[in-house]
Amino acid sequence: MFHWFEQRPFFFAVLVFVFISFAGIIEVIPDFAKQARPTVGTKPYSVLELAGRQVYIKDSCNACHSQLIRPFKSETDRYGMYSLSGEYAYDRPFLWGSKRTGPDLMRVGNYRTTDWHETHMMDPASVVPGTVMPAYPHQFTNIADLDTAYAEAFTVKTVFKTPYDQDLDGDGKIDVELGNYESAIAKAKEDAKAIAADMKNQAVKDAVANGQVPEIVALIAYLNSLK
Amino acid sequence: MQNGSQIEYDYSIAKAFTFATILFGIIGMTIGVILAFQLAFPGLNNLAGEYGTFSRLRPLHTNGVAFGFTLSGIFACWYYIGQRVLKVSLKESPFLMGVAKLHFVLYFITILLAVVTLFMGITTSKEYAELEWPLDILVVVWWVLYGISIFGLIGIRRERTLYISIWYFIAGFIAVAMLYLFNNMEVPTYFVSGYGAWYHSVSMYAGTNDALVQWWYGHNAVGFVFTVPIIAMIYYFLPKESGQNVYSYKLSILAFWGLLFVYLWAGGHHLIYSTVPDWMQTMGSVMSVVLILPSWGSAINMLLTMKGEWQQLQSNTLIKFMILASTFYMLSTIEGPIQSIKSVNAIAHFTDWIPGHVHDGVLGWVVFMIMAALYHMAPRMYGREIYSKSLMDTQFWLQTTGIVLYFTSMWIAGITQGMMWRAYDEYGSLVYSFIDTVTVLQPYYTIRAVGGLMYLIGFFMFAYNMYKTATAGRVLDKEPVNATPVAA
Repeated sequence: MFHWFEQRPFFFAVLVFVFISFAGIIEVIPDFAKQARPTVGTKPYSVLELAGRQVYIKDSCNACHSQLIRPFKSETDRYGMYSLSGEYAYDRPFLWGSKRTGPDLMRVGNYRTTDWHETHMMDPASVVPGTVMPAYPHQFTNIADLDTAYAEAFTVKTVFKTPYDQDLDGDGKIDVELGNYESAIAKAKEDAKAIAADMKNQAVKDAVANGQVPEIVALIAYLNSLK
Repeated sequence: MQNGSQIEYDYSIAKAFTFATILFGIIGMTIGVILAFQLAFPGLNNLAGEYGTFSRLRPLHTNGVAFGFTLSGIFACWYYIGQRVLKVSLKESPFLMGVAKLHFVLYFITILLAVVTLFMGITTSKEYAELEWPLDILVVVWWVLYGISIFGLIGIRRERTLYISIWYFIAGFIAVAMLYLFNNMEVPTYFVSGYGAWYHSVSMYAGTNDALVQWWYGHNAVGFVFTVPIIAMIYYFLPKESGQNVYSYKLSILAFWGLLFVYLWAGGHHLIYSTVPDWMQTMGSVMSVVLILPSWGSAINMLLTMKGEWQQLQSNTLIKFMILASTFYMLSTIEGPIQSIKSVNAIAHFTDWIPGHVHDGVLGWVVFMIMAALYHMAPRMYGREIYSKSLMDTQFWLQTTGIVLYFTSMWIAGITQGMMWRAYDEYGSLVYSFIDTVTVLQPYYTIRAVGGLMYLIGFFMFAYNMYKTATAGRVLDKEPVNATPVAA
């Protein structure tokens, strides 16, 4: 029987395709609708947080830090409540990671402060002696790309119906405001001021006061949002 | 072609890809060694500012080795094997020749652009699919060209039946095309909003779904880039080099179709204890164990091909390379299923055992097989004898020792880390803080880095030997048959 296929490349290729697509059809597709539903209380990222998330991705933090707490006592004791699918409903892309060279960060906002992150990014060994993490001083001088962050928020709102400018919890207030480009950027800069107020680095504070947002500010906004 | 006359094969494209294999191999592996030393000695991170940190270099290493080195090696072998087993020369078709040239040029440009963009931190963050959408499109273009070259050569073949290697090349082409397209579905944000960087995009899938698609891709990209085409190579080069027939045709069929059917289910083992549904995790786990059968089927078929001819291991270094490759393939394909068992996965996942597993597969199986293939091809492509047999032998032992240091240190490191994370004292509190589980690994990280360095030095020997073969090797008056000239 296989001799027949081995002499007919077209049918051979078709049979190969049938064999390899089988698993995907059964395993991957059925779950799509169900898994995208957000857990109650899960909110989209603000523009500043998204800009920070882009810095997180740019510097490949996910190469060493997971954002997935497994349902083991040792992990929930160490990091907090185990992860639920709905908590990731607005994560594009997902950032679970595949290797923990450093600790999990899924709920890092619960136990680290702006001040801690600031010191840690400038000189990791000063707060965690023995760490193998590199220092990231360039994040204090590089300026975050708020335009691209806004573009991303606008895109997920338009294309994937991510609920910006909506009242999610029914308290009569809009939960995460996006608005138009001007108001979104202005809002992000306002948020940056609140973060910078808790920081020590004078150059960063000055930049924020002048309407610029260094990468470190956006990154901390993102890390603080992980709860 | 007239009966009795020889076909004149055209090796220009195979040579170009051979050059790319060596170049990207050096780049990718050097970065790998730098990364290994950075983990052992973190002070090495900030020597080149933002561009020299572990985090920037890591995607560069994986992409450089997977898509720079390995794919070049696969393409080099395709443009060599394809003509030979189909009994047709690339020269006969100006169209296919043009396709092959364009394939090489676009591929080379893509990898160079990948290096630049990853250095700049432009990445989608999905493992082994880090390239942003403009480069993804380039990848699709030259992947289609590769497909045209496969099916084009098959279309004008003189050999009616497709040899086993061709099956594997076809399967690799189709599967990677499917996986790559689905996993890289993304929406460019600039074209929707009119703001920001034009090259930025956002994934079509969110959260758990994104993870599901990513690891369906991630696991199987390994399968269909690191396994399937490499099996194609060993099915061609081992019988050629040893002068032995493939042991069993039935086993080849069983292993081939079995691998295709089972492989894609196994992606779920990357997501055990995550938020994907339990039945998928179980399915991934079970199918990973089933996957041992077709994987070992090919490997055993290769080992038994040497039946009665084991003395060749002594006389022919290339046979050593290939048999060691098969053995590491068996090691890696039993190790993977073991890690997929839920209770083992609970300890192994997120630890250094995982890079350990990847590297015994890649260093032992993929790179060894590609180097053996290029060593076999070199005398036939350049018409010259291999420059130094003793250098080849030294390289073999140096690299083998390097691999052993690499995987043993990572096994110990991974299991140590996994056990320390879950250790409780008698009062029910965690014994170790996270940093304790990092500092304890320093000696293993150092051993790994040394092992990696030995392997890299071996690769430089390979590069030197290949260069010397092409330029200074003794000229051969006719193509060597069966055994390589070094064995004669």
